[in-house]
Amino acid sequence: MEIKQTAIAGTLESSDIQIMLSKGQSGIQIDLESDVKKQFGDQINAVITETLKKFDIDNVKVKAVDKGALDCVIKARTIAAAQRALKTVDQPAWEVL
Amino acid sequence: MKNSVGRELPDDLMKQLNYEGFKSTEIGEPEVQRVAPKVHVSTGDDKLVDSIEDVVKKTVKDGMTISFHHHFRNGDFVFNEVMRVIIDQGIKNLTLAPSSLTGVMNDIVIEAIKKGTITNITSSGMRGSLGDFVSHGGLKNPVIFRSHGNRARAIEHGDIKIDVAFLGVPNADKLGNANGMQGDAVFGSLGYALMDAQYADNVVLLTDNIMPYPNTPASIKQTQVDYVVKVDKVGDPDKIGSGATRFTKDPKELKIASMVNDVIVHSPYFKDGFSFQTGSGGAALAVTRYLRQAMIDNQIKASFALGGITKPTTDLLEEGLVRRVMDVQDFDKGAADSMHTNPNQQEIDASWYADPDNKGAMVDQLDVVILSALEIDTDFNVNVMTGSDGVIRGAVGGHQDAATAKLTIISAPLVRGRIATVVPKVTTNVTPGDSVDVLVTEYGIAINPKRKDLQKAFANLPGVPVYTIEELQQMAEKKVGKPKPLEFTDRTVALVEYRDGSIIDAINEVKD
Repeated sequence: MEIKQTAIAGTLESSDIQIMLSKGQSGIQIDLESDVKKQFGDQINAVITETLKKFDIDNVKVKAVDKGALDCVIKARTIAAAQRALKTVDQPAWEVL
Repeated sequence: MKNSVGRELPDDLMKQLNYEGFKSTEIGEPEVQRVAPKVHVSTGDDKLVDSIEDVVKKTVKDGMTISFHHHFRNGDFVFNEVMRVIIDQGIKNLTLAPSSLTGVMNDIVIEAIKKGTITNITSSGMRGSLGDFVSHGGLKNPVIFRSHGNRARAIEHGDIKIDVAFLGVPNADKLGNANGMQGDAVFGSLGYALMDAQYADNVVLLTDNIMPYPNTPASIKQTQVDYVVKVDKVGDPDKIGSGATRFTKDPKELKIASMVNDVIVHSPYFKDGFSFQTGSGGAALAVTRYLRQAMIDNQIKASFALGGITKPTTDLLEEGLVRRVMDVQDFDKGAADSMHTNPNQQEIDASWYADPDNKGAMVDQLDVVILSALEIDTDFNVNVMTGSDGVIRGAVGGHQDAATAKLTIISAPLVRGRIATVVPKVTTNVTPGDSVDVLVTEYGIAINPKRKDLQKAFANLPGVPVYTIEELQQMAEKKVGKPKPLEFTDRTVALVEYRDGSIIDAINEVKD
C-alpha cells in the first residue's frame, strides 16, 4: 500500500509513543528515539514493522518518539498512524487488530 | 573474586585499594580506633579572611583531600565558587570527598576532572551529566560510593582523611560558631557537615551572614574552625528544598502508600513508643499522612522519627504524635523552620544517625523504615545507584544504614513506564536483601522468606495481596517484556562500599 499523506498518532506523554509516517522509497525506515532504546529498541522496531506489514506498507519513513510505551500501545499508535496515512480511517482494518 | 551476594569484583583494584568483599550485614562488636584531626592552635582572633582566593592559597595543596556538604542541595553557591578558585589556581590531584554531589555541582566537577584538578572522588552519589561522564569512563580512578553512615565511619577510621573542609553556612560569627537555621539560605540540620567540622585538619566556613560574637546555638563550634570567609551569597533559598510539600494525587502512589500503612499497622512493631523513618518521595509522604490517622485511631505515639525530615513529619511532632524528631537533614523549608522553633527536633550528626562502628547509632534503634528502589531483585537486593541503562544516577544516601531497621519496607511501583522495578537481578547491588523485609508495590506485597513471623502477620490482610517476589517479578516481565541485557566494558568506574567498608558491588563503564 502506498502512503497517501504524512500522518501522526500518539502523544509525548509518558508511557505513550508518537508515530509519524511519511512517504519513503526504500523499505520501512524507522528513526527511533527512546530512553529505553538500549533494552527495548529492537522490540519496538519489530512491533512497528510487523504492524505496518499487516497493512502491506512496504515503503515508509517512520519517526517514532517513544516514552516507555508497552507493545500494545505501540501497536495501537502504529495502526492509527497507518490508517491516517492511507486515508482509510473510515474503514477500520479489523483483521489487523 | 565474588562476594557473599555473588557480585564479581575486580581483583586488581580490590588488592590495590586494600578492600575486602562484602560478607554480612552483621557488624558484630569489634573494637575500633578512631583518628583525630590536626589542630592549628590560635586564640581565634585572626580567622576572618577576605577572599576565597586567600583561604585556598593558605590551605589547599596538590594531592590533598577536600570536602563539602550538600545541605544546600541544588541551591548551593559555595561549591562552585570554591572549586572555581581551586581550578584557577592550578592545583592538581585532589580527592573530592563531599557528603554528596548535587546537580548544580556537575559541570564544574567535570571541568575539574578534565583539567586534572580532581583525580579521585568519594561521595554518597551523583546524578545527571556527572553520573553520565563517570559511567562513560571520564574519571581514571574509580569513584567510591559510601552511605551517609559509612562516610562517618570512614572519616572516624581515617579511611577518608579530610585536609580541608569548605562548609557553607547561613550564619557564623568571626570565630566560627555557626548553625543551619538562621539567615537567608537556611537548611536546618547541619548533620552531614558536622563530621567534616569535627575531623578535618582545616575547617573553612563560608557565610553571607556574619553574626555578633558569640553566635548561638552553635552546631559548628569555634573550637573546630580555622577560617571564616564572608561571601556575597551562600545559596539560593528557593532551590535548597521543595517549598510546600504537596500531597501526591497519583493513584498508584496513594495505593502503595495505603498498603505500606497497612503493613506497618499490622506489624508487631506498631505499638506505643515505636519509631520510624520515611523518605521524601511522593509515596513516603503519603505514608506519613496515613500513619498519622492510624496513630490517632489506635492511640499510639511514636518515640522518635528519624532521618531526612519533611514537614509532614514535623507536623506530627507539633501534634504530639511523635515525641522527638532526630534530624540529620531537612528536605523542605517547613522542616528546617521547625528545627529552629521546636526544641524536640534534635540535630544529629551522620555518626549519631547511622555510623555502624558506634556505641549505638539511631538506625540501630529504629523499628520501621520506608525506603525506595530503582530496582529490587528476587533476592530482595536493592539498587538505588544505577538506572535501567546502567548509568550512575543515584545515591546510596542512608539506604544501607536505615535498612538495618527491624522492619525495612521497600515501596516501589512494579514497573515505571517500560522498565520493570522488580527484576531477576539488580544492575547494581547497593543494599543487600538480607536487610530488606517487605516489598510493597501497587499490585501487592512480597515478604522476605526469612521473615516467617511477618509472613504470618500479613497472611490475611484485606486489600493487601501477598505474592512471592518471583511472582511479582514475572508479573512485571509479562507487562513490559524481557529487556536486552545491558552491555558493560571490563573497566571499573566505581566501587560501592557496604556500610562496614567492604565492597558490595562494582560499577563498570557502559558500552554505547
